[in-house]
Parts: sequence; C-alpha cells; structure tokens
Amino acid sequence: MNANETKIQIQNLTMAYGSYVVMRDINAEVKRGSVFVVMGNSGSGKSTLLRHMIGLQRPAHGDVLYDGQSFWNTDDEGRRTQLRKCGVLFQSSALWSSMTLAENVALPLVEYTDWSPTDLKDIVRLKLSLVGLSGFEDYYPAELSGGMRKRAGLARAMALDPEILFFDEPSAGLDPLTSRNLDKLILELRDSLGATVVVVTHELASIFMIADDSIFLDAETKTMRARGNPAELLKHSTDAKLKAFLTRGEFSGEPATQTKL
Amino acid sequence: MTATPSSASLVVDQESPGVLLVRLSGNGREQGIRASEMLVQAALSAPGAKSLSFESANLSGWDSRFVAFIRSCSELCRSRQIEFRDGGLPEGVRRLLRLAEAVPEKKDAHHAAVKSRLLQTMGEHALKGWAGALEMFTFLGENLAALGKLFRGHAQFRWSDALLVMQECGPQALGIVAMINFLVGLILAFVGAVQLMKFGASIYVADLVAIATVREMGCIMTGIILCGRTGAAFAAQLGTMTVNEEINALQTFGISPIEFLVLPRMVALLLVMPFLCAFADLISIAGGFFVSVSMLDITPTVYLTRTIDAIHLTSFLLGIGKGCFFGFLVAYAGCFRGMQSGSSAAAVGEATTRAVVTGITAIIASDGIFAVLCNALGI
Repeated sequence: MNANETKIQIQNLTMAYGSYVVMRDINAEVKRGSVFVVMGNSGSGKSTLLRHMIGLQRPAHGDVLYDGQSFWNTDDEGRRTQLRKCGVLFQSSALWSSMTLAENVALPLVEYTDWSPTDLKDIVRLKLSLVGLSGFEDYYPAELSGGMRKRAGLARAMALDPEILFFDEPSAGLDPLTSRNLDKLILELRDSLGATVVVVTHELASIFMIADDSIFLDAETKTMRARGNPAELLKHSTDAKLKAFLTRGEFSGEPATQTKL
Repeated sequence: MTATPSSASLVVDQESPGVLLVRLSGNGREQGIRASEMLVQAALSAPGAKSLSFESANLSGWDSRFVAFIRSCSELCRSRQIEFRDGGLPEGVRRLLRLAEAVPEKKDAHHAAVKSRLLQTMGEHALKGWAGALEMFTFLGENLAALGKLFRGHAQFRWSDALLVMQECGPQALGIVAMINFLVGLILAFVGAVQLMKFGASIYVADLVAIATVREMGCIMTGIILCGRTGAAFAAQLGTMTVNEEINALQTFGISPIEFLVLPRMVALLLVMPFLCAFADLISIAGGFFVSVSMLDITPTVYLTRTIDAIHLTSFLLGIGKGCFFGFLVAYAGCFRGMQSGSSAAAVGEATTRAVVTGITAIIASDGIFAVLCNALGI
C-alpha cells in the first residue's frame, strides 16, 4: 500500500442548487491515510461539498474519483459499491431514532454481510467499545448526550470497516473538551485502521490538531481559495482573508465587530 | 419652539438660522420624550436646516426605542445633507449608533416584494402543479418497483418493522374505529327510520344500514380515521427523519429509504385494512341494530335475518377491496408527504397537514370513481 497514493480526487467540481452556483471548479486530491480538512466560513458550501462526495447531491459539473474510479459517471449500483468503502458521521449524528445503538450499528452489517447473530453481536460490542460506549448497546439515541451520540454515530460509520471516513462538523454542539477527545479519537482510528479521513469543520483548534492537508472555500469568490497544510498556510500564505480566518480575525487588524458576520 | 410638560422632555432650539439643538432631559425611557419626536422631524424637514446636535446632560436614562429614534434622525439628516453631530449624546448611544452603521445595509438582502401579473402567477402555479404531479408519479413508480422487489424476495425490508406498524395501526386503532362506526350505524338507522316510518316500512332500516355500511360507510370511515391517525403519523415520522438526516444516513449506507421505510408501512396498511373494514362493518351494523331494536319495535331476529339477506358477498368484498385500496392511499399520502418534507419543524407540520389533506381527498375522490365504475359494471 503506497502512502502517497491518491485515494480521492475531486475534479473541476461545480456545485449548484438549480441555477444558483455555490462553488465552482474545486480541484483537490486526498492522499491515502491522510486527514483532509475542508474549511471555510459558515455558508461557504463545506457541507454541500461533503454531500457531493457521498452521493447525496449530484454535481452540476465535474466528478469525484475514488481510487481512480469515477463516482458520478456511473450507475446507482456502481455508486453503491463505492459507498460501501465510506463511512459518514453526520452533523446531527443522524442515528436512527427508532433503533437502539446496537441495532444502529448492526443494520449496515445485516444488509451487507451474512454473519450469524452471535458474530454480529460481538462486532457491535467491539465497535461500540472502540468509541467508549461499552454497555450502551440497548440505549436509544434520545437517551444519550450529544457527545455520546456523536461517538455512537462514529461507531455506526465504522461498522463496515470503511476505507474512508467522512465527518460533517464533528465538533458542532460539543464542549471544547469533548470535541478534543473526539479529535483524538479520529486520529487514533486513522492510525489504527489506516483509513483516509475527510473532515468538514471551521473549528480552528480541530483544524490545527488533525489536518494533514486542507482546502479553504470562500463564499465570495465562489471557489477554493487555498490548499495545503493549515499550519503551513498560516506561516506562508499571503492571503489576508485566509490568514484572518486562521487567526480568528486577529491578523487583519479589524476589530471583531466590524467583520461581516 | 415648544416643550412638552412632562418629567421627560425634548426641546428643539434654533441657535442661529438652520443650526438645530435638541435638548433632552428627564428619563428617555418614558413616553413623554417619544411624543415629541415629531418636533425634531418637523424641524429637520423645514427648509434651511444645516446641522443637528444634541444636549443630553440632564438625560437620566434611555432604551432601544430612544436609540432607534436617534438613528432615524441621523438617517433623515444624511438623506437631507444636514450635518449630524452626535457629540452631545450619551456615550453608550453613540457607540451603539456606530455599531449599527459599521456594516452598511445590504441592499439586496431585503426580500423584494415581487409583484407578478395574473397570467404569470397562473403559469407558475401550473408549472408547480405539473412538477408536483410528476413527483407523485415518480414516488408511485418507486413504490411499485419496491413492491415488485418484495415479491421477488430481495427488497431491503424487515418484517419486524411491518409487524410493528401493523400493531400500531391495527389493534391500537380498534377503539376509535369501533366508536366512530357504531355512531355512523346509529345515525344511518335513525335517519333512515324517520323517512321509512312514513311509509310504514321501518323494517327496511336493516337493509339500509347493512348495504350502506358494507358497500360504503365502513371502508370510507375506516380509511378517514386511519388517514388522520396513521397517515399523519407516517408523515411526521418520515419528516422528522428527514430533518434529523436519518434518511441521508440510510442512503449513504446504500439502503433505499423507500424499501426500508415506506414499504413496511405500505404493506402493514394493506394487510390490516381488510380486517379493520370487516370489524367496522360489524360494529356499524350493531349500531343500526341498537336503534332498531330499542326504538322501532323490530325484533332482533327479524333485524338480523333481514341484514343477512341484504348483504351479498360481492358487496362485502367490494367494501373490503375498497378498504385495501384506501389503506394504500393513506400509506402513500403519508409517506410521500413525509419524504417530501423540508428540513425544519414548520416543514414537518406542513407535511403532516398535507398528508391528511391528500389522503382524505384521494379517498373521497377514488370512492366516487368506484361508485361510477360499479354502476357501469352492474356490481
């Protein structure tokens, strides 16, 4: 397995809702085993980009390639096969509320494997213990705190041993400590599973802690404004807007109240 | 010029021609100061005004309403090219004014009230209606395809889900179905009796109740009850799942929401409806029986014999068949509106309302079509 191999390639991706273009001409490669962060201001289309990568929204133009294979220029069946390599943690965790945690984690396994109920049970327990939720098998999502729901969502995303994990705003709604622990968990899982990780976030602390590579989306120019490791970008970039983002506006010298919300 | 006699007051002075000074005193939160706002506006509107300044040393307090007033003065000044001097205002007011003006108003942020012509509106509605109809048929097609897959045995479908829905919309609905249908039977018998007694034909009440119930009322009432009870619940469940991204989560796992969520609900209603309809028929006839025996001096035996004679198997099966179809309509409307739901609390509420409206409309309309068809076919 070559560490420098390109796992995901985004090619000239243009995203639009009807005739309203959100972002145009996004190009990026994600290396196997790296943590790739999509950053940008609120409303810049970060989550929309994620929706295009996991098949929830068709691009107006361009394509996404997984292992060199086109994701959008193929039929539903082909897309489904490629999605089996992916696990997604949604912003709201999106656990199926009518099922217990164990059933949530087990459902993808039931759909795609023919394992016996005992095997399933063991796997489910393993996945839940990996995210620190041993013993919560029979709880319903509504009985858990936000942080626990995020972790349960992560256990479900990992159910099928995905090669790629997607995270949509993992720290949204979590306190700083819980969110840091989640970041640590992401890195830990990446290292042990060898998965490629794509994270959509605007949390600076998270970005600097986990990102190997990143792109910065800008709502005004409607395209990506920068690419690279965030720490490097902060050191070397001359782009005032990017630097303002990475320093919470301290770089630009403008008082906080004057920046556009 | 003038002053309002109040603890809070506002006086507009003209120091030299065109140079206005507004003296504020008292409590700026009180009504008195607002009552005299017109004075400032009048003074500013007078020709020759050059500058506006304030004196607020005696002002003891102020609130947002006061700041809004000052801001409207400043805007008026700007539009009339009058110099606005905020030096005399309290420190807090000045800072709020500066903050409010830091980001200029976004001209295109206001939603413009688009005035459209009648023809244009009609055209837009027609297009929207057409798109809605297409969506409806697409959903129908997807559902039929999923049903086909179920028969061939490879749909992503769990019988446990279907059984759970069956329990919710079957046994748990018996109470309300019984109550409504008993009352309908009662009403049918009563209304019928009043007319038939005039001809001394009260005995035919039994026929009337039996035929009306078995052919029409039993399945329609059950369909409408289920629409309000179960169809609304389906729409709310699926709508909430949309809001919560649960539908998206299913899709990313390659699990079809139609097969996994809609199909169990549809199958459950299709299976439960015949039994509910038969039960409704029975209860409704019991209602008619109650009225006839207690008020019309018809003996129980006679009533029952006439009832049995009046019900033909075809009528009974027609009622049950219609019931099944109404069950399908209820599940279809509920699930369709639920899956269509937008992602906000209001959207889920709207989806629920639309599910019930669509369901009831579809039931009544299709019953009309059934009536015409039965007439033509002589059933």
